[in-house]
Amino acid sequence: MKIIAANAHTACAEGQKDQISLANDADPRALDLAGITRIDLQFPKFTDGRAFSQAFLLRRRLGFTGEIRATGDVLIDQLVQMQRSGFSVAVLREGVDASAAQRQLDRFEGFYQGDAVHVEPHFAEAENSAAYGAELARQDSY
Amino acid sequence: LASVHLHGIQTSGNCIRNTTSDERAGIAADEIADPRPLAEIIRQWSTLHPEFAFLPRKFKIAIVGATDDRAATAWHDIGLHVLKNEAGEVGLRVMVGGGMGRTPVLGTVIRSFLPWDQILNYLEAVVRVYNRWGRRDNIYKARIKILVKAEGQRYIDEVEAEYQQILTVDRAPHTIAQAELDRVTACFVPPASRTGPLPALTNPVAAPVDDKEYTRWLKQNVAAHQNPLLRSVTLSFKRLGYSPGDATGDQLELSAHLADRYSAGETRVTHDQNLVLPWVRADELPALYAEAKQAGLARSNIRLLTDMIVCPGGDFCSLANARSLPISEAISQRYQDMDELHDIGEVDVHMSGCINSCGHHHSAHIGILGVDKDGQEWYQITLAGSDGSALSGAPAIGKVVGPSFSAAEVPEVIEAVLDTYRSTRNSGEAFIDTLRRVGQDPFKLAANAARTSTARAPKAAAEA
Repeated sequence: MKIIAANAHTACAEGQKDQISLANDADPRALDLAGITRIDLQFPKFTDGRAFSQAFLLRRRLGFTGEIRATGDVLIDQLVQMQRSGFSVAVLREGVDASAAQRQLDRFEGFYQGDAVHVEPHFAEAENSAAYGAELARQDSY
Repeated sequence: LASVHLHGIQTSGNCIRNTTSDERAGIAADEIADPRPLAEIIRQWSTLHPEFAFLPRKFKIAIVGATDDRAATAWHDIGLHVLKNEAGEVGLRVMVGGGMGRTPVLGTVIRSFLPWDQILNYLEAVVRVYNRWGRRDNIYKARIKILVKAEGQRYIDEVEAEYQQILTVDRAPHTIAQAELDRVTACFVPPASRTGPLPALTNPVAAPVDDKEYTRWLKQNVAAHQNPLLRSVTLSFKRLGYSPGDATGDQLELSAHLADRYSAGETRVTHDQNLVLPWVRADELPALYAEAKQAGLARSNIRLLTDMIVCPGGDFCSLANARSLPISEAISQRYQDMDELHDIGEVDVHMSGCINSCGHHHSAHIGILGVDKDGQEWYQITLAGSDGSALSGAPAIGKVVGPSFSAAEVPEVIEAVLDTYRSTRNSGEAFIDTLRRVGQDPFKLAANAARTSTARAPKAAAEA
C-alpha cells in the first residue's frame, strides 16, 4: 500500500475521464468502470466506515484493478483495514506522521477472515497446509 | 489479561462486539446443538474484520442452541437460534434489528432456516447493508434496529440480494468447512473429570439440615443437565446488603473454590447477574449446598422476585437519571419471607436508571425505569415485557403504567401489582400468565391506587 502525504495529493480533476471521486453514500456498482484508472473514496471522519464497503465492492465484487485511494480523515490506525478492504493508496490527513505507518502494516498478519486482497478465510487457506496440521496436533496435545 | 486468556479487543467502539450465548450452552437438557463452536467461529470472524470496524453504531450478536431462549436473542442486533429442519440438518433462524434503549424494538426474522455453514456469508451481507445504509447523522437512530424498522422489506430484500452476490460472484468464501467446525468443537468438550463413569445418584435429596430450604434450592437454583448424573447450579448474588450481582474479592475467591471443588473449575457469568456452576455432580449437591449457604450464595431465589436485574444506577453511573440500587434494596427488603417469595413464584423484575436500558427493563414482567424531571428522581413502571424465554413467552416490550411514580411509591406499587396477581391468579399460574390472561387494567388500577405523593401532584408526575 502506498502512503502519501496530504500535500502530495492532488484531487481528481473535473472532467478527467480516467479518475473519479466517489461520495461515500454512492453505490459503486452503479459506476461505469470502463477506462477508469483511479477512484478516490472519502473518509469525512475516520469513524465513518462506509468507504471500506465501497472499496471491498470495487476490488472484490467488481474486480476493479486500478488505484483505489483513501482520502479525508485518514489516520495510520486504519491503514491495515484500508489495505485489506482493497485500497491501494492512502492520503494521510494533514499533520499525521507517515513514519509509523509501516509499523502498523507489519504488526499482525494472522487474520481469520478473508478480505478483498486475501479472499479465503484462514481455515480455507490452512486446510491443506502443514501449519494447519501442526495446529491440530497442538490442540490434540492438550 | 492475556496471561489469563482475556482480552479487550472490540469491547467498545462501533464494531461487532463479543458474541454471547446461553448460560447453559453445551450442557442444557433442551439443547438442539451446542452453540459455542459457532459462537466462537463468529467471534473469530468478527475480530479485526477490516470492513466492519467503523459501523454506524455498536453491533451485538447472540446465539442460542436450546429450545428455550435463555439469551434474549430477540433483543440483539442479530439473534440466532439453532434448529434442525425436517431432514435433521442443523441451521439457524436469523433475527435482525432487536434492541432496547430509548427505542425498544424486537428483532425481525429475516431467515427461518439458514444452513449452519452459511452463517458467516450471511452475516457479511447483513452487516454490509447496515454499513452502507445505517444512519450516521444521529447517534440515537444509528443502531440497525432503526434501519430495519424504517426500511422493512426493502432492507431484507437488499440483504438477500447481497447474500446471493456473495454466493455467486464472490463464490461464498466464508462457507464454514466441516473440518473447521470440528477443530473449534474440539475446544468445547466436557471436562475429563466429568466424562466416563461417575458416582451414581442414590438419593438426590439427601437433605442436609434445613430440608425445606434445600428442596427449594433444588427447585430454583439447580437445573437439569445433558448428563443425567450432572446438574447446573446457580449461585445467587441477589441478597440484602449487596447490590444485585455484586461480589467482593473474597466472595469471588470463594466462588472459584466452589468451582474447583464442585464444577471442574468452571463458572459462567449470567446476564441475570449470577454465577453458574455448570458441571456439578448430582451426588455432591448436598455438600455444595452446605458450602454455598455458608458463603451466603445459596438463597433459593433464582427467577423469583428478588432475583432482579438491576443496573448500577445513579450511585455509580454518570449517565443515570435516577438511582436504582436503593429501590431494588427496598423491594428486596419487603420480600425477605421465603414462604411469600416462593408463593409469588417466578417473575422477572428488571430495573434501569436511565433510558439506555442496561437493566433490561423493557423485557421485564415488571419493569422499572428511572427518569429525571427538574433534578428529581421519578420512576416509570412497565408491565408484561418478555425476554422470549419459555417462562415469559414470545418476546414483548413492556407497556408503561401511567405517569411516573416517586421513589417512595415504587415498592408500594410493586406490592399492589403482586397482590393483584395473587388475588386473580388461577392455581399454579405464573405472574406473567395471569397478567396476559386478565389484561393490564386491574394491575394498572392497583398501581395507580398505590400513589401517595404523585396522587397529590398529578401534573408534575404526568410531566415526568
